[in-house]
Amino acid sequence: MKREIKGMLTGLGVTFRTMTKPAVTVQYPHEREDPPTRARGVIALKEENCTVCMLCARSCPDWCIYIEGHKEQRPPRREGGKPRSVSVLDRFDIDYALCMYCGICVEVCPFDALFWSPEYEYSEHRIADLLHDKDKLGEWMETVPEPEPLEMGAQSKGKK
Amino acid sequence: MSRVLPQPGELPEVEVDPSALRHLADAQMNVELDTGDMVLNIGPQHPATHGTLRLVVRLDGERVVAADPVIGYMHRGYEKLTEFRTYPQITTLINRIDWLSSFANEVPFISAAEHLMGIEAPPRAQYIRTALTELSRIATFLLFLGEMGLQVGAITPAFYGFRDREYVLNLIEAVTGGRFHPNFNRIGGLKDDLPWGWISDCRGTMDKVLESCDEFEDLVAGNPIFQQRTRSIGIIPPELGAAYGVSGSNLRSSGVDWDLRRDAPPYLVYNELDWKVWTHPDGDSFARYWVRLQETRESARMVLQMLDQMPAGPVMAKVPRIIKVPEGEVFVNTENPLGEMGYYVVSKGATGPFRVKIRSASFSNVSILPWVLRGVYIPDVITILASLYFILGDIDR
Amino acid sequence: MSHLLALDVGWGTTLAIKTLIVLAIVPLTALILGYVFLLKMMSHMQSRLGPMDPGGFHGWYQLLGDGIKFMQKEDIMPAEADVRVFALAPAIVVLSTFLVFAVIPAGPRLVVQPLDVGVFYALAVSSLSVIGVLMAGWASANKYALIGALRAAAQLIAYELPLVLAVVGVVIQAGTMNLQGIVNFQQHGELFGWGGIGFPLILTQFIGFALFMVAAQAELTQPPFDMPVAESELVAGYMVEYTGFRFLFFFIGEFGTAFAFAALAATLFLGGWATPWVHGTAADWLGPLVLFTKVMFVAFLMFWARFTYPRFREDQLQALAWKWLIPIALVNILLTGALKVAF
Repeated sequence: MKREIKGMLTGLGVTFRTMTKPAVTVQYPHEREDPPTRARGVIALKEENCTVCMLCARSCPDWCIYIEGHKEQRPPRREGGKPRSVSVLDRFDIDYALCMYCGICVEVCPFDALFWSPEYEYSEHRIADLLHDKDKLGEWMETVPEPEPLEMGAQSKGKK
Repeated sequence: MSRVLPQPGELPEVEVDPSALRHLADAQMNVELDTGDMVLNIGPQHPATHGTLRLVVRLDGERVVAADPVIGYMHRGYEKLTEFRTYPQITTLINRIDWLSSFANEVPFISAAEHLMGIEAPPRAQYIRTALTELSRIATFLLFLGEMGLQVGAITPAFYGFRDREYVLNLIEAVTGGRFHPNFNRIGGLKDDLPWGWISDCRGTMDKVLESCDEFEDLVAGNPIFQQRTRSIGIIPPELGAAYGVSGSNLRSSGVDWDLRRDAPPYLVYNELDWKVWTHPDGDSFARYWVRLQETRESARMVLQMLDQMPAGPVMAKVPRIIKVPEGEVFVNTENPLGEMGYYVVSKGATGPFRVKIRSASFSNVSILPWVLRGVYIPDVITILASLYFILGDIDR
Repeated sequence: MSHLLALDVGWGTTLAIKTLIVLAIVPLTALILGYVFLLKMMSHMQSRLGPMDPGGFHGWYQLLGDGIKFMQKEDIMPAEADVRVFALAPAIVVLSTFLVFAVIPAGPRLVVQPLDVGVFYALAVSSLSVIGVLMAGWASANKYALIGALRAAAQLIAYELPLVLAVVGVVIQAGTMNLQGIVNFQQHGELFGWGGIGFPLILTQFIGFALFMVAAQAELTQPPFDMPVAESELVAGYMVEYTGFRFLFFFIGEFGTAFAFAALAATLFLGGWATPWVHGTAADWLGPLVLFTKVMFVAFLMFWARFTYPRFREDQLQALAWKWLIPIALVNILLTGALKVAF
């Protein structure tokens, strides 16, 4: 009987103590918690690095990246050489309604054209507005943080 | 999707607690009073079924005469999805099988692929993998400790569970970028290394986890009402549990000393740590709560050990750029928080597997429900469901 | 009543004014109790803040907004529900709450109807809600509601006895069933010759107080006795098919009755509106405030237990009532009677 009464009273003590401590609520949107640097919020595109190799679109598990590009001829670098053909990006859309935020596209890009940004407040009223086009993806580049240093004992260099 | 309710004689004969047979005496009175049985659908939309599980129970007053779980409401076709995707893509998808402990789902699959390729992840990667697996175990169990109190009627522990889980999820997010779906394993190691300051953050969080386990012990496990509601409820005899394929903490709380982290061929770094396997002889719902509480504490201590012993080095072995896993088939099973999870991977040398069969823990854990729910009251049904702790994504895949 | 207002009015007007007062006070008390304890205290016990935005200052407007929201919702009735019984059930539950408020004194003259059998009347009328609960559960044409109603019937009837028996000790000591009389007894009583705090009956009737609190918790179907409304099993038990305005009735009934029981406990055990050194017309002004403070304290205890404990199973509940609470209550009555005669 004594153990039961003690058990009941300790429970009351726990709730009372929690009541006297401050609450852990972060009152969004008045206050905001910053996500960590690596948080997968939104994908940003650095257009000048993209060579339209289509690796990201092919490796996306949901096929939510839509890429169109065309080849252009540029003048040769030296006199007498043949003209260089350069791929130019026409369309690069990521459909965030489909995106799983897995990061495979960012990882496989061989030219460092895609980056993760912790920005997460881009909800829309219409689901069609979640298709971010080339320019909008370029705007997200401003929110991409610097790669943070790694823990002691890490051998590989930091993320791109 | 429906099955015929098991008939007497179809279930294995096991020593049953006589109080569970009391409903037969009530049946005699029922003949005199001429009351019929009521068929009640618990689920698929119900707060206690942890998702879209449907339990068709036949009730006599408040006693369950027969119970039949109907699953499949959340089938997403995982094994079909894996037939047309590459290994990194599948790693992303299988996070979502058991979404509460998502890192732990990736580990057996990646281990299977590494086994077929014959490469091994470097030691630092193994340590970080183990640490993240144990962190996801802590996250799952903290939620369990809270929500089992909720199912039994106490509303406050659920909030404590979510609150304390946030600290662990913040840790996982700092490393992998995703709270729930880390997608961090790669064939040959991990995607990236730990960020600066993570080890000291992790130490602080583990201390908080140990404190909150003490809080749960005071608030829930030590509460006489909770003990009255869970002791001797839903006893699973060890041989029966093993026969049905029940695994993980459910089996350990019936007294079976079996933990794949220690007993299976060594995987990750568990054999380099000093830890113990917790068992409880009773096999009732309280035992399942108690075992998970102790395992949470044990996992926190294991993480602290790993942080001290973390070796330096690379986190990725030398792998070709386009990974084609050679032909072969392998079955790798690990001790996931919910139980034993296994992947049988058949590879035909392509960039993706030919066929993956997923052995999920909750599917077998739920199969014991028709047996264990006989003769219990409705509130006990809820308690037993809560104590078995299955996730619908894990059952239905 | 007419002497209170110093006006010469007939019984009809008096009745109308009294009805209006009760109709106004009950939802107000339900609101206050709901906001302070359910929204704020529960939140802080769960490490969160509760409503903060509605009304600007810590969300004080939340329940008012909820009330308005409920009132403008569509009135949905299950197709197979028994319409008249379904519609009548919340009215009966709320009616019993209103009737209990009619005898609770808030000052020496501030009572709607000072009955000589006040205690008996209050407890008898509060048990009317059982009928409403049964009606709600049966008429909902829902198996979960039915299970909730059956559990409620068994539980509420079982816990009537400890509730009443716990109060008998108070009545023996005070010598009257009139609530004003009990308050006066406590106000003018003395502790070993010192009249500083009067003689709150909780000092000798602590067993009765504990029993009353436990039984009141069960009568209100609050955890740990909320089997009829077991949220994780039956979602809302007997109330599950009720929406909008009708659900608002149940809500007001639940929290209004909580206030009523807390007020009864405060009146019977803690001295009600009385403070020993304030008499006369000053007590008319101070009385409601004092009563309110005591009610808040008692309600704090009730809700503290509500948020901490898991719920009993139905048979454990019944065992607690019949095997423990009733014998203890009977022993309490014996002791009180014996000691009263001896001293």
